[in-house]
Amino acid sequence: MGALRAEARNRSDPGMRWVREHLVLILGILVLIYTFIPIFVVVLMSFNDPASRNVYRFDGFTLDNWTNFCGAEGMCDALWKSIQIGILATLASTILGTLAAFALVRWEFTFRSTTNLLIFLPMAAPEIVLGSSLLALFVSAGFAGQLGFWTILIAHIMFCLSFVVVTVRSRLAGMSDTLEQAAADLYANPRQTFWRVTFPLVFPGILGAALLSFSLSFDDFIITNLNAGTTTTFPMYVWGAAQRGVPMQVNVVGTLMFAVSVLIVVGAELNHRRRVRALA
Amino acid sequence: MASTAGTAPVAVDAKPDTGRRRGRTGYLLILPGLAWLVLFFVIPFYSLIATSLYDPNGSDFRGYDMTYHIQNYWTAIQEYWSPLLRSLAYGAIATLLCLVLGYVLAYAIAFKAGRWKNLMLVLVIAPFFTSFLVRTLSWKLILADDGFVVDLLQTVHLLGEDGRLLATPVAVVAGLTYNFLPFMVLPLFASVDKIDPRLIEASHDLYASSFVGFWKVTWPLSLPGVVSGTLLTFIPAVGDYINAQLLGSPNQRMIGSVIQSQFTDANNYPIAAALSMILMVLILVMVLVYVRRAGTEELL
Repeated sequence: MGALRAEARNRSDPGMRWVREHLVLILGILVLIYTFIPIFVVVLMSFNDPASRNVYRFDGFTLDNWTNFCGAEGMCDALWKSIQIGILATLASTILGTLAAFALVRWEFTFRSTTNLLIFLPMAAPEIVLGSSLLALFVSAGFAGQLGFWTILIAHIMFCLSFVVVTVRSRLAGMSDTLEQAAADLYANPRQTFWRVTFPLVFPGILGAALLSFSLSFDDFIITNLNAGTTTTFPMYVWGAAQRGVPMQVNVVGTLMFAVSVLIVVGAELNHRRRVRALA
Repeated sequence: MASTAGTAPVAVDAKPDTGRRRGRTGYLLILPGLAWLVLFFVIPFYSLIATSLYDPNGSDFRGYDMTYHIQNYWTAIQEYWSPLLRSLAYGAIATLLCLVLGYVLAYAIAFKAGRWKNLMLVLVIAPFFTSFLVRTLSWKLILADDGFVVDLLQTVHLLGEDGRLLATPVAVVAGLTYNFLPFMVLPLFASVDKIDPRLIEASHDLYASSFVGFWKVTWPLSLPGVVSGTLLTFIPAVGDYINAQLLGSPNQRMIGSVIQSQFTDANNYPIAAALSMILMVLILVMVLVYVRRAGTEELL
């Protein structure tokens, strides 16, 4: 029966047959193109010369938005604030999270399942609930007037932490300890074993977690907006600008974010391939 | 190893040997992270519950009195049931659309991409590294009244002469679908990629059509990814208000926006906290029912 059907299919138009065989791939690529449509628009608009601030459409080509990057009032301040918060939140959450991941994979302790639940919940709760709980705490602790840089930072460390633990933990869990045992057999003391064997092996996981933290922190709006007071981060700047008229420099930032992350991913992949080839 | 295992007979019959060390260091390592989560996740949640029960006549300047004012919840539901239901509906529709698009994409990457697998996987996440808000603004431009999408839809008469996309539920749901797609694709891919293609071939050898083969083999095996993907999409989508605000009109207002403005503009903390709690409980109930029906409780 199968053969008969295959024959029937062979007799049909070869073009149709090709489409039918590759249908899923074609649809998949269409979905991919769909995910890129807004990126094309962002890149295009970064070269836009707008006729007026109130009309958001492509009017003419210019390099002004790139050369006069900080020309949009307040944007660079907001951007700098986001970068500062992003770096600090990444450092803190990566350190705290990596330590916790080591503890969870390598050490035995009571309340393991409660701890796992506690780490899982912040990732599962809607941001608006996380943000409003923190605000409720800050207000009832009398910090309503001090909302700003530090409260944003506290919030960002909190929601990045779980993602770091999960990322580093999966890297650690997938690693067998044979290399560490070999190091110990070769008279390395625990410290040497850790810094020369374990750490380099886990490092890609830690780096990935740090990059994830930075992008989560840099891009967060809902939690930040609740706990920011009068401080403005980049997403908050865009939000405010959306009400008044969006300066085209915002699209330059969007384009740069896209380009930098693609470069990082491509760099990591090339580095990985080089290592694999060196080992072979 | 035997000697350490001998001191803890419980561990011996539970699992063979996890290779985990015992001692105080483990606690020291996890303590800072755990303390942070307790201080800034667990305790705030308690404050949220407390705030939702405060006397609504207070303000953040004068302070609030704790009067166990359960009435706050009733007031919140009465006043804001429509954005609440709307958020759940938009979230559910967007999740379904994400499931369809995400499944096609995950399936194509896992089984059809061949040596382009890694590249395609990178391409899936790449667009989402651009700022969420900038991306959503560019959808605003794409769906604008004088944009080519509206033009096209008007030419083929799918949209009336002065029909529009912006400020309609369609735009909001489309925005949600777009923005949360990677949360669906990645878990789906992880699940689909693990399926042994020989199982699908075997179903065809046993005379299953492509559709039956998919329905009886691929789909059940990918269920763990479907469940975690839908949860990871649904939960943030319901709480989101960026898409509703930028792409919709006040008629598409979602609950997140109400909570935000009750906190910061109206300074009505008890009602805002009560709404937050209601949203949390509704999501929790829906997730539990869903997970139970999907029969994959062991996932959580």
